[in-house]
Amino acid sequence: MAEPLSIKELAKSEELLVGGHRLCPGCGHSIILRQMLHASEYPLVLAMSTGCLEVCTTIYPYTSWKTPWIHSAFENAAATITGVETMYRALKKKGKIDKDVKFVAVGGDGGTYDIGLQSLSGAFERGHNFVYVCTDNGAYMNTGTQRSSATPFAADTTTSPVGKKIIGKQQERKNLTKIAAAHDIPYAAQASPHNWKDLTMKFRKALEIDGPAFLNVVSPCPRGWRTDASETVNLAKMAVDSCYWPLYEVENGKITINYKPKEKVPIFEWLKVQGRFKHLLKPENEGLVKMFQDKIDRDWEDLQKRAGE
Amino acid sequence: MGKTMAITGNIAIAIAMKQINPDVVAAYPITPSTEIVQQFSSYVADGAVDTEYIAVESEHSAMSACIGASAGGGRVMTATSSQGLAFMWEMLYIAAGYRLPIVLVCVNRALSAPINIHCDHSDSMGARDASWIQLYAENAQEAYDNTIQAFRIAEEMDVRLPVMSCLDGFIISHSIENMTILEDEEVRRFIGDYKPLNPLLDLENPATVGAIDLQDYYMEHKRQQHEAMLNAKKVILSVGKEYGKLSGRSYGFFEEYRLDDADVAIVVMSSAAGTVKDIVDEYRSKGIKAGLLKPRVFRPFPAEEIADALKNTKAVAVLDRADSFGASGGPLFPEFRSALYDVPNPPKMINKIFGLGGRDFGPDDVRGVFDELVAIKDTGKIKSLKEYITVRE
Repeated sequence: MAEPLSIKELAKSEELLVGGHRLCPGCGHSIILRQMLHASEYPLVLAMSTGCLEVCTTIYPYTSWKTPWIHSAFENAAATITGVETMYRALKKKGKIDKDVKFVAVGGDGGTYDIGLQSLSGAFERGHNFVYVCTDNGAYMNTGTQRSSATPFAADTTTSPVGKKIIGKQQERKNLTKIAAAHDIPYAAQASPHNWKDLTMKFRKALEIDGPAFLNVVSPCPRGWRTDASETVNLAKMAVDSCYWPLYEVENGKITINYKPKEKVPIFEWLKVQGRFKHLLKPENEGLVKMFQDKIDRDWEDLQKRAGE
Repeated sequence: MGKTMAITGNIAIAIAMKQINPDVVAAYPITPSTEIVQQFSSYVADGAVDTEYIAVESEHSAMSACIGASAGGGRVMTATSSQGLAFMWEMLYIAAGYRLPIVLVCVNRALSAPINIHCDHSDSMGARDASWIQLYAENAQEAYDNTIQAFRIAEEMDVRLPVMSCLDGFIISHSIENMTILEDEEVRRFIGDYKPLNPLLDLENPATVGAIDLQDYYMEHKRQQHEAMLNAKKVILSVGKEYGKLSGRSYGFFEEYRLDDADVAIVVMSSAAGTVKDIVDEYRSKGIKAGLLKPRVFRPFPAEEIADALKNTKAVAVLDRADSFGASGGPLFPEFRSALYDVPNPPKMINKIFGLGGRDFGPDDVRGVFDELVAIKDTGKIKSLKEYITVRE
């Protein structure tokens, strides 16, 4: 069973995502990836879907990755890593590899909730030994903030703009963590980069699982959320403290809520500091804020119920 | 030295796969290639192969998993048809761009719409620009032989391109023919051990596979694919010759049937060539100098060799089992015509689109084409450059 690591211990391990990449200041992705990579005691092979993290870290002839890394397309990080993992098993069986290696696929919300869902579902069902990490920043940020099925209700994106008749995204988010867990995989969890202890522990747990594991990690995006680069970790914390992004895990069907805010931060506090929600500050849009809050309350209630609380 | 068996084309491919014993197969069933993966699954279930088999949820994931597995550093293959190949299309280009020596067996079937399960070449012709080497077989024997040779061609260090081994859906995939199977040991010795190149699973030398390649490098990488295709030509010939020593069946870029002194010639790929050979014999017995050129290798396209083989003919019909709608001909025609452009006194050339969606192509259809070629030879006049045959008017 994986044990938690102290920040000192985490800092001792080699940096596998090195500087020189072109991710924006304040990008949640690199914070999440570095926390995870420091937390692994195994050699890792990474597969990435097309997106910010991929394009910004591998501008040929340079690479920021000091561990084997593959990208092939947008919708297939899960299928790609299962190919690598299967080759690993084939070569291990033949005695050509002796090390214990772990396999991790990383996709953004576009490459996971939307275009990559089929490939992910297939990989879960086949039971490959891998961890899939979704870095969810809530839109297609790499191409200029187009809405995805992870985009929050009422958010202003370039394909769900705030217009004269339609005010931002009309639909609620897809609950992907619930969908992943519904595959009855051994481990699915939500995490946030502000709580490094929780995130690194979940990743270490996921690596120990024999079979598929899923981590959904909220990843604030200064460009798309229209927030200050210095606010990233704080925004992730508020997402959790408001119960917009509960920290919980599903282990063999059993749900555990890992953190409960003593006092739920009203969602308006989180919305009002983000440019993508600035239209919600107008008095005539109060109703939308209420709808947003009501949905969070319902979901939080439902999660507690499902956790048997 | 092998044994003779009466089997279908699909079973011949499955047997080849068993003998090749790849490290990983990732595949998704689709008519008419389904029998290949079914048969191969039973080899896996019986422990007759060491292969790790991934029964993926789609062809897109099949090729994605093949790419991951091949980049991992081992031998990989798959099989598909029609919509399956079309669904893989995005990933075909990536497999080639990453220079992964994956072998794909394409059991040729028409593309939708309308939906149709029978043979034509619209599927693999749709992938002709994907930088995959393409081999086409007339019968089950050739499909088996091509599939074994495919690994040697793909894995050669100055080629390192994926290979598509094509056979006609139903006509070959589901018909029982007599053919000769090599001994397992002969196949394994012929293909040899797999030699990985910058494999992802070499943890001591971490590779980044699939970096973004912008204005400053993309074109150089594409140029390297072009050169790899040129390199493939000599490799295809030497592998075909070496295979001949092993099996008694040598292979080149194409087969020439009574073409040496032919005045009129048909160019046709795959199973239809058998019918054309019968009619060539019939016309020869009538004193008409008829001949056939049956392409085996469409990518790389052996333009100089084709020009040399057809330079003394007077009239040539290129038969395409697929159309390139709105183009001057089906996929073969413009390339053949272009190959002959610099020949002194080139033959008159026409294009026939035939056999789409499995439409039968019989002896009378071949006679019609030869009669038209004889008339063109005599009059020098072409009445129609591109025409659909075997079709209702």
